[in-house]
Amino acid sequence: MSTGTSKPTRDRNEAELIRRVCGGEKEAFYELVRPYERAVYTAAMSILNNQADAEEVAQEAVLKAFSNLSRFRGEAKFSTWLVQITINEARLKLRKDRRHLYQSVDEPQSDEEGDYFPKDYADWREVPSEALQRKELRDALKRALAGLPQKYREVLVLRDIQHLSIEETSQVLGISTGNVKTRLLRARLQMRDALAPGFDGSWVTGKEEYEKVRPW
Amino acid sequence: MKVIEISCLEVWREISNYVDSDVEPELRARMEAHFKVCAHCKAILDGTRNVVKLVADGVEYPVPEGFSKRLYNKIKDV
Repeated sequence: MSTGTSKPTRDRNEAELIRRVCGGEKEAFYELVRPYERAVYTAAMSILNNQADAEEVAQEAVLKAFSNLSRFRGEAKFSTWLVQITINEARLKLRKDRRHLYQSVDEPQSDEEGDYFPKDYADWREVPSEALQRKELRDALKRALAGLPQKYREVLVLRDIQHLSIEETSQVLGISTGNVKTRLLRARLQMRDALAPGFDGSWVTGKEEYEKVRPW
Repeated sequence: MKVIEISCLEVWREISNYVDSDVEPELRARMEAHFKVCAHCKAILDGTRNVVKLVADGVEYPVPEGFSKRLYNKIKDV
């Protein structure tokens, strides 16, 4: 969640903006949250997996942050606090929407699964930078992300897209750092499995048929 | 230093921590030695690194058009 300014400067600016908002300058609030709009939206998407729902929750979370700003103590970064509110709002929405399904969306605190066995040993090699822009690759990534179970997707998004630390991810999601690591491993290996067939040459060459690049 | 061998299963358990440089030096040395001789685990390592690299820019979650303006209006209306 880089905002382009150095950390001490950013923290000072934020503290000043928070003071102004709490002093009644409502306009300063938009300035405060603007650098994190994308982070808030992405965090909501990681749980809800639906654009309209994610936007609704992002708005609710920002308004909630506004009305609770006087309670922000600065123990965490403002961005972490904001993302945490968003995660909580998104989970609430999910729970509300799924109530009729009689299923709990509360995740168990421990990851009870056993080991994950990779399904494919395709050798990806290095992904050339020009391949990163290929539409097929971006579409496959989107599908792979959407196909991840929610509890894995939220960890992957916070760690590998929003670049939160293990500790921040643990704090935001309310799970232990051990659980963050276990879920992150799962998420990354499942993503790899979902994308590996495409990387058997096809994303790189753009050819319809896979070009076998395995060295064995 | 003699490097004690490590199984593929143990490597898979730690591969994500390895990518994050979050393993003890002793384990790191064992894993590095394993990757040199095990093409399967090396392929999984490369794939895992690629995943991290590919999702990093976050373009899979584009912010909807007009999002910023609608958010601004919401704040204004409070």
